[in-house]
Amino acid sequence: MEKFDVIVVGAGLAGLAAAYTLAQAGVEVLVIEKGDYPGAKNVTGGRLYVNPVRELFPDLWKKAPLERFITREGASIMAGERSINVEYCGSELSQEPYQSYSILRAKFDRWFAKQAERKGAMLVSKSRVDDVIIENEQVVGVWAGGDELRADVIIACDGVLSLLAEKAGLRTLGNPKDYAVGFKEVIELDSTLIEERFGLEDNEGAARLFMGEVTRGKFGGGFLYTNKDSLSLGIVVGIKDLMEGSPTVQAPVLLDEFKQRPEIARLIKGGESVEYSAHVIPEGGLKAIGKLYGNGILLAGDAAGLAMNIGVTVRGMEYALASGYYAAQVVMEAKEKEDFTANSLSVYEKLLNDSFVIKDFIAFKEAPTVLDSPRFFKHYPELMGNIMKDVYEVPAGPKDRLYPTIKKYLTFKEMWSMAGDMRKVMKI
Amino acid sequence: MVYGRGYEKGDEDMSELSGLKAKLGLDVFKHDSEPHIRIKPGMEKDPRLKAAVLVCPAGLYTENANGEVELTIDGCLECGTCRIACGTEVLEWNYPTGGAGVQFRFG
Ligand SMILES: Cc1cc2nc3c(=O)[nH]c(=O)nc-3n(C[C@H](O)[C@H](O)[C@H](O)COP(=O)(O)OP(=O)(O)OC[C@H]3O[C@@H](n4cnc5c(N)ncnc54)[C@H](O)[C@@H]3O)c2cc1C
Ligand code: SF4
Repeated sequence: MEKFDVIVVGAGLAGLAAAYTLAQAGVEVLVIEKGDYPGAKNVTGGRLYVNPVRELFPDLWKKAPLERFITREGASIMAGERSINVEYCGSELSQEPYQSYSILRAKFDRWFAKQAERKGAMLVSKSRVDDVIIENEQVVGVWAGGDELRADVIIACDGVLSLLAEKAGLRTLGNPKDYAVGFKEVIELDSTLIEERFGLEDNEGAARLFMGEVTRGKFGGGFLYTNKDSLSLGIVVGIKDLMEGSPTVQAPVLLDEFKQRPEIARLIKGGESVEYSAHVIPEGGLKAIGKLYGNGILLAGDAAGLAMNIGVTVRGMEYALASGYYAAQVVMEAKEKEDFTANSLSVYEKLLNDSFVIKDFIAFKEAPTVLDSPRFFKHYPELMGNIMKDVYEVPAGPKDRLYPTIKKYLTFKEMWSMAGDMRKVMKI
Repeated sequence: MVYGRGYEKGDEDMSELSGLKAKLGLDVFKHDSEPHIRIKPGMEKDPRLKAAVLVCPAGLYTENANGEVELTIDGCLECGTCRIACGTEVLEWNYPTGGAGVQFRFG
């Protein structure tokens, strides 16, 4: 039996943020990761917004292996045969410090783990934690690959399913309506081609989000991010919507169809798929966040349910980094008091409530309910596509005036429902 | 280390998911001594399992002519979707042992 000050389970962003912060303060910390190396099991879209977490890890960003800083933001509404696209470029996006970067997790997490080790954290990869050890209602350690490892406190950063939180009795199996599944391909493409196709220079990058037909009207959307010399192309879709059918479609088919869309096919042409990955995403919002701590245990990142999906953008990485950081702060306070009971660890909730993390969740608390309507993902994309088609069409005969062209679609009934939807959207 | 699963173009089936095997062949998988997900014995016909056929991004669940759902574990991306969709009353679900299973190089 071995004893450590702190054991962190999972070398994802939350776990590494916690370990890095603790090690920096001289606390003895062991990180256990089941993958071959940190990042080997981790999937994101992905784009990392640095602003909210920059100051929490001031030394980290200069050398971090991030891909491209995003200077072009695109959104597409896709109907069956047509799409409407908006692109935003703003000078602030091209100014340092850059707001957001595309990121590949296998690369980033591996590097981040090295930085944590450099600060003094111990890392054991290829080791799966199988259970928690509970004595007198207090978590006092874990079982990993037959070894009994003890610690004053466990920080469970084991991702969205958090089997550990279930074992510690902090939560039960999740409800499909609170989760989405994301799946993506990494497509290698020459960096000069990427820059030409997306109108970028040097390390500039583009982010594009797609909604509507990409998910056949189900809750979710498609995404495309430019990396240094590859593209991340994928789909996020609500698990409940996928299960329920209407229309019935197998998840992988959505991505194949997405790739075949002419709008996408021309962007990925000549590229070579080098990886296919998938992962569940928590997106139940504020209501789905459960217990964040117990006697001798704290949850951080996806394990705590700290990711959200506001329509088409998923955010979880900053919340993972920040919650890992705050969990480490709480552990340091508890260490001073030599008290690792739930009562002592409850400061965690307060720290998170006072930070951008829970403030964001409160601000967007209505999003999951409001957006849980097929009108947003099916009806409006079709409607807008049809209006645009007629607006742009010049027929052989005389062209209708614009007002009647649009009016034809915007019947009284339609306007009435739109107003209703608008009122709901205003809650977001 | 096994790079890909050695699928040939010829052995792709003609279903909608024909490209999927090739796609999974891009990933690095390390062998595990036993399957990490199992359909619980006697649960093969449970209606809750039908969802797995739709949600699994690797298309590893199929329904046979007898209405039983079958799972081929090779190619599992460990995403967790089947666990959320079907629940643990019908599935015995764990991650592969340490160092085994899919190892993403990009993520
Ligand atoms: C397709 C997709 C797109 C996304 N897009 C974005 C985006 O653009 N922006 C954004 O901010 N967020 C995005 N997210 C969400 C974001 O990726 C997650 O919120 C984030 O990765 C969570 O980090 P984490 O450290 O909490 O968990 P993870 O990264 O899942 O790390 C958990 C770690 O724990 C390890 N582990 C688990 N169980 C055990 C065990 N028993 N023993 C040992 N180790 C264990 C795992 O191997 C893993 O390394 C996206 C997610 C997906 C799937
Ligand atoms: S974990 Fe994901 S890839 Fe593996 S069988 Fe379940 S749904 Fe399919």
